Amino acid sequence: MPSPKPAIIHPHLRPNSLGLTIRDYEGSPSTLCAGCGHDSVTAAIVRAFYELETPPHMIAKLSGIGCSSKTPTYFVGTAHGFNSAHGRMPSIATGANAANRSLTYLGISGDGDSLSIGVGQLVHAIRRNLDMLYVIENNGVYGLTKGQFSASADIGTKSKRGEANQYSPIDPVSLALELGASFVARAFSGDKGQLVPILKAGLSHKGFALIDVISPCVTFNDHEGSTKSYLNTRKKMLPVIAADFVPLAAEITTEYAPGSAVSVKLHDGSTVRLRKLAEDYDTGSRQAAAAEVELHRGKGEVPTGLFFVDTKSRDMHDISGTTEVPLSQVPYEKLCPGSAALDELQKSFR
Amino acid sequence: MHQRQVIRTNDFALKLANVNGTGSASANGLLMQAIFRMGIPVSGKNLFPSNIQGLPTWYEVRVSKAGNTARALDYDLVIAMNVETYARDVKEVRSGGTLLYDSSWPLEAALERPDVTFLGVPLAKMCNEIFNDSRERILMKNIAYLGTLVALLDIDMGVIDELLDEKFSKKKALRDSNHKALRAGYDFATEHFDCPLPIRLEKMHATDDRILIDGNTATALGCVYAGATVAAWYPITPATSVMDSFKELCAEYRKDPETGKNNYCIVQAEDELAAIGMVIGASWNGARAFTSTAGPGISLMSELIGLAYYAEIPAVIVDVQRTGPSTGMPTRTQQGDILACAYASHGDTKHILLFPSNPGECFTMAVNAFDLAERFQTPVFLLSDLDIGMNDWVCPRLKWDDGYRPNRGRVLGAAELEKMTKFFRYSPENDEHVAARTLPGVHSKGAFFTRGSGHNKLGHYTEVPDEYQEVMDRLAKKHKAAAAAVPAAILHKQVDAAFGIISLGGCDPAVREAVAALAERGIIADYLRVRGFPFGAEVESFLAAHERIFVVEQNRDAQLRTLLTMETSVAKEKLQSLLVYGGFPLSARHVIDGITAQLERAQRERI
Repeated sequence: MPSPKPAIIHPHLRPNSLGLTIRDYEGSPSTLCAGCGHDSVTAAIVRAFYELETPPHMIAKLSGIGCSSKTPTYFVGTAHGFNSAHGRMPSIATGANAANRSLTYLGISGDGDSLSIGVGQLVHAIRRNLDMLYVIENNGVYGLTKGQFSASADIGTKSKRGEANQYSPIDPVSLALELGASFVARAFSGDKGQLVPILKAGLSHKGFALIDVISPCVTFNDHEGSTKSYLNTRKKMLPVIAADFVPLAAEITTEYAPGSAVSVKLHDGSTVRLRKLAEDYDTGSRQAAAAEVELHRGKGEVPTGLFFVDTKSRDMHDISGTTEVPLSQVPYEKLCPGSAALDELQKSFR
Repeated sequence: MHQRQVIRTNDFALKLANVNGTGSASANGLLMQAIFRMGIPVSGKNLFPSNIQGLPTWYEVRVSKAGNTARALDYDLVIAMNVETYARDVKEVRSGGTLLYDSSWPLEAALERPDVTFLGVPLAKMCNEIFNDSRERILMKNIAYLGTLVALLDIDMGVIDELLDEKFSKKKALRDSNHKALRAGYDFATEHFDCPLPIRLEKMHATDDRILIDGNTATALGCVYAGATVAAWYPITPATSVMDSFKELCAEYRKDPETGKNNYCIVQAEDELAAIGMVIGASWNGARAFTSTAGPGISLMSELIGLAYYAEIPAVIVDVQRTGPSTGMPTRTQQGDILACAYASHGDTKHILLFPSNPGECFTMAVNAFDLAERFQTPVFLLSDLDIGMNDWVCPRLKWDDGYRPNRGRVLGAAELEKMTKFFRYSPENDEHVAARTLPGVHSKGAFFTRGSGHNKLGHYTEVPDEYQEVMDRLAKKHKAAAAAVPAAILHKQVDAAFGIISLGGCDPAVREAVAALAERGIIADYLRVRGFPFGAEVESFLAAHERIFVVEQNRDAQLRTLLTMETSVAKEKLQSLLVYGGFPLSARHVIDGITAQLERAQRERI
């Protein structure tokens, strides 16, 4: 068991408007390997929620099975969590969201959970434009079963034992773009400056937001010859589009060179400013985003950034015409047609 | 050959042999509905193929003034409209019965039977003369034979006219075509045959306070009245019409009067793995949620059913059973999922099952299912079958108590949580071994990490043997406690019964008819119909009170008998199986013949 966290509160920990400090958004101590990329993602999530000032009881954290799926216990301990079954988190999240549309849904998954056993559920959650943030902590490897390749492993990447992967990888970013996801991004767990604003934008987005986070496995996939090691990711990572998140109440203070940035207003009124780091990048075009991602991937690079946002898409409830009141809170009196209606209906059963 | 003319009023059976996809279902439904409206007890069994168009399909109608609604196996009249199945259809006519065929083409002499009256009606020829459209010519043949039956069986023409007018109130052209075809068939019969036949109808008042409804519609109605708001499913025969009906009913009754928005959300899932996941997610979040499926769906759902069982999340699963294993016969009935549902999922799991035996019970038990699922925080299965689910049954009018309020089980609200020092998900437990749960979005003090991994009674992750076992033992006790809460078995007791019969679900009409028929022969049996699992005390006492018990069910492996031997203290030897599992609904004759044969065998062995 890891030792408990010290109880001393740093004097600089400022409470947010809810009176909560960043500590209040933390969870139990991590039981992952020291240096695991996932712990950096956890820290970024803690910061994102703290800065967004989300009430913890309005957060639903969901996951499947795997190292990444363990992490919801490590953040926002005062939020409800659901560690479900391998590859089945998207369906649990769909049902949860159907029952109560007022919560913020954060799904944490891995490349095994999302791209192999759960790929069927992932693609359909995207199709429905389920209102949630879906984070894939992608390390190209199965950790808990000790180092088998996952479906995101690149061709030629080497396992710890030296075996080279021969099968072509599934790229969750290309997949999400192709399937019509309304928010598609990639980040690196080692770059918190990039990850936190993308997470905040993803949490504020209405509709399905997918963030593929390259999150190296220090134990099974951080060696020479691995394309998802810390070293290789730092070397090959290419930020093509940066996202600066501006919350609803804040003022935009950063100056941008004319024509270099685009403001996108999110559903909750906050803004994300997209800065083009590569030339000729069209932020509003799904096709352009897909082409850009493919181009860099072909060169062995790891393009990162918020590739595509569609703020006008309709989520599952818009499409279904569901009432604004969470279904779980609609009073029974409104749901039961009563005996008179039953008598009337039965006239047609004669 | 001359048959003695015995007039049988309101007591006969007929079989209609058709080609699937030619519009016969509509005419056959009208026939059944007309008899129902004449106030006569009637039942219809649709024996259809897994096909959209072209394969043979049969519809059986049994008229019984005594109210026997099980499938009949002897047919007084066969309407042979499918050339391909002619040979077997001719064989099915009871000796002395009648066969109606389309005489537009000559009948093969080899197929004639001296003990059967053959009535030829040139249906195709008639319709070709009346109608120009080729599709109409095919469709209207069905209405033309219906016209013939009106004359032959003395059906009230006023009732048929009324039904056609209602059905086509918005389609005048179609209504006129139907009336024309009906009249043509009727006129031909009255001109050429002695009408009515010795088997005939006469108005009664036995259906005045009754309705004609299929089990799937009744189940959907129960889900609406229970307050279900989230439904997730994957299309599958024979369960699809549960969700079709639910959708239709919600469109009618669940539009918010102020906003016009839906007070429901139906998700057509990508597969059954996802459908059950959605139900679990929605129930976890406080909605009443259900799925409808059949055996293949249960197989896929088994994984997450274990999660719901172990994490103690309510879930209502409607299983409209069909013939397995594998794809099996999707349009045929069976009771083959009893064990699969009772113990669905890996590890030690056991579930609550409800066994409706008619659409009326589909309605009430659907409501029970939600109350039980939330009260015991666990999956509940409503085990219907294709015969109950897809055939129209004559049932007493459904009743609703406006005083009903859902039993949401132990759920802590914000005020209760505020007062607590600390909330633990799995303790303390109540008398039924159920602990309180909390819902997301209510209070951060109720926050809890739901998991399918090992946990102790506080809800914390554990790999400690004693802590793990403590929770598993409580789950077993909780399941036992549900025995007193499921609908009690129904006992039909007789004086001086020689043995007992236990059955369930759609077997009921056949077993009741058989019990009465056996009693007339002096063979007296008590009959217990189980309606839920875990079995209540009344099942134990019935088992203890009888030395010989026949267990009647529709599967090969005697699944109910197996469940009884595993889950009660009955001695295995006391239970004798009577199994009919070919895919067609059970008939009383199956039960009578099966029981008498086994009794005779036992007698011989004793001598």
